Amino acid sequence: MSTLEIVSAAHLDELTDEAITIIREVATECENPVLLFSGGKDSAVLLHLAALAFAPARLPFPVMHVDTGHNFAEVIEYRDRLVADWNVRLVVASVQESIDKGRGVEDAGTRASRNRLQSVTLLDAIAEHGFDAAFGGGRRDEDKARAKERILSFRDRQGRWDPRAQRPEPWALLNPRIRKGEHLRAFPLSNWTELDIWQYIARHEVPLPTIYFSHTRTVVERDGMLLAVGGPVVLEAGEQPFAEVVRYRTVGDASCTGAVRSDASTLDHILAETAAARITERGATRADDTFSESAMEDRKREGYF
Amino acid sequence: MNESMVPTRPADAAPTRPADAAPTRPALRIATAGSVDDGKSTLIGRLLHDTTTVFEDQLQAVVKASRRYGDGETNLALLTDGLRAEREQGITIDVAHRYFATPARSFIVADTPGHAQYTRNMVTGASTSDVAIVLVDARYGVVDQTRRHSLIATMLGVEAIIVAVNKMDLVEWDEGVYLNISKEVHSFVDSLPHPVPVHSIPMSALLGDNVVDGSAHTPWYDGVPLLTFLESFEPTDDTLPGARLHVQRVIRPQGGEHADFRGYAGVVAAGTLTVGEPIKVLPSGRSSKVAALHRWGKPVQEAHPGHAIVVELADDVDVARGDVLVAGDAVQPPEVAEDIVADVCWMIDQPLLVGTRHWFKHGTRTGYATVTAIEHRYDLVSLEHQPTDELVLNDIGRVHLRLSEPIVADVYRHHAEGGRLILIDAATNTTAGAAMISAIAAWSPEI
Repeated sequence: MSTLEIVSAAHLDELTDEAITIIREVATECENPVLLFSGGKDSAVLLHLAALAFAPARLPFPVMHVDTGHNFAEVIEYRDRLVADWNVRLVVASVQESIDKGRGVEDAGTRASRNRLQSVTLLDAIAEHGFDAAFGGGRRDEDKARAKERILSFRDRQGRWDPRAQRPEPWALLNPRIRKGEHLRAFPLSNWTELDIWQYIARHEVPLPTIYFSHTRTVVERDGMLLAVGGPVVLEAGEQPFAEVVRYRTVGDASCTGAVRSDASTLDHILAETAAARITERGATRADDTFSESAMEDRKREGYF
Repeated sequence: MNESMVPTRPADAAPTRPADAAPTRPALRIATAGSVDDGKSTLIGRLLHDTTTVFEDQLQAVVKASRRYGDGETNLALLTDGLRAEREQGITIDVAHRYFATPARSFIVADTPGHAQYTRNMVTGASTSDVAIVLVDARYGVVDQTRRHSLIATMLGVEAIIVAVNKMDLVEWDEGVYLNISKEVHSFVDSLPHPVPVHSIPMSALLGDNVVDGSAHTPWYDGVPLLTFLESFEPTDDTLPGARLHVQRVIRPQGGEHADFRGYAGVVAAGTLTVGEPIKVLPSGRSSKVAALHRWGKPVQEAHPGHAIVVELADDVDVARGDVLVAGDAVQPPEVAEDIVADVCWMIDQPLLVGTRHWFKHGTRTGYATVTAIEHRYDLVSLEHQPTDELVLNDIGRVHLRLSEPIVADVYRHHAEGGRLILIDAATNTTAGAAMISAIAAWSPEI
């Protein structure tokens, strides 16, 4: 039996139709939407769905990468290949530029992360380009603050999310009306789980960066997390790098995204591993979300993805 | 994982459902309802935990948080109460969506708030649900929120209500207590304008009795545990004969190999749409035929409810966003209307008054809706119709609306997709009301 058959094709069909419908609705009602693309699997699925939504016409909006400068080389190579293959317009918003302009101050120390700074860069880019809606690959199963978020998430003129004042979303009737300077975040994958994402990738043969598949990498173990050595991660006293067979479950800022030990080198193998996983992808791979119980809620209030 | 921190029944209560289960049907959508402290979030936490949907790091976080908030045992409600304010106050403020799967099927759960002041969120949670689980605290019996939530759930069209008589451990598993509550809810739901089947279950969400596994404490109960009921529940196929599709967008590549392509994107709202079938464009009334159908960028021969498709028509007729394509053989065709009567749930502080004007969105049509009359407000507990000249936050009442644009409407009870609209506050753009059409006034196009 193919692993694709272990979960419901009918359920994945429903999720696919729902996501396409949301993308079409927002793209049609809003004047200047953008799709946030990190190079991760969720944004790869989102971009794939967006392409299907308007076929045979071209994607009617650009794609934006918020570039922390702490990238995996494989991800940037993948991004550029995809943009060329699909003929989409790419906007790059650079965290380094935000720092250079004095818009944000970088954390100090060996554990400095640019994750929080992304919010500043993102909001500046949204204002600069006049985007009124930004599609994101966020899923409600990722985090309990996300579980409370609407499919269309309203942001005020400062880009803030107020969880106490969310618009009710009865039925599937989306309300994308905003005033000038405000914007929406649209989450077409709200009802998807990590396993649904992998099912979709397998069914539609969505290309992914190679780091999602098992490979050998030099890593260092810090707070139970395997961080790649050679990029932005600075070794601390006493830390010993070693070679390990790993893959990534999420793709984010290389300074705080951990690899997991895995020999899953095919989609079938990854699907089986995901179905049996006992730790959430954020818990397994994101140092930034284990800081506190409300880490995600706090970042979201400030304008995070 | 510190499994011992989670209160559970001894011995036979070990989780049995593997995470790599194999559901084969569409997901069942469930809303939970009930009063504050009835244990809704605990029940969902229990369902997630006992179906082994909870990941180890999530459980660890809950174990830690329970200690910090001074809860004696691990508080499974913290799995769903995702906002800081909710955890601090120990209440659910906003709808949380949760996902789990068993070998039988996938489930999408909307965990809705119990406070009367968050009724609008209950409406939101129930609007897309197949069934509602109404929790009742066995110690206090049926309360106003039980009646209010049962009424709202049936108004919005859930197909069954499950009465979870919870905290049975606190009433010594007394069968008489359970039977009284069960009887009272049954007779209340039977008295509603739109009664649905009621199924009651005695349980302890805290201890896990009759949630996923059965219970040794209720030998007098011959029904199944909650999860077994949910796994076997079959929503009826409410497909109307005669497809309809609200046009979202006109797809025109304008160049390249598809230069002449002109397609209409939308979701099939009912029935089956087939290539070659005659269709009518409403409100204009022009006729054509389905020349081709595409789903997910590929040609298909037919499309079913829920499918996100693109339709090509045989003739060059005028079709724009907001128009509705209706299959020529529709037995109960929708009506074109500018004047409608609807039950409105009001969701903002500013009251709804006669003469006020709001944006409306129906399908893919947007325009202004002017309130021309308010018939009454429902007393959500006694079911009485109270005369009123306004609807305030969380009121539900019957309202007459005049629309600036004609819509292609159905009565909500006949066809929900064609019978629902939202009202949007013109000043703030926030979603202000959810409306279900109860009557449609005859309309004739201006000549």
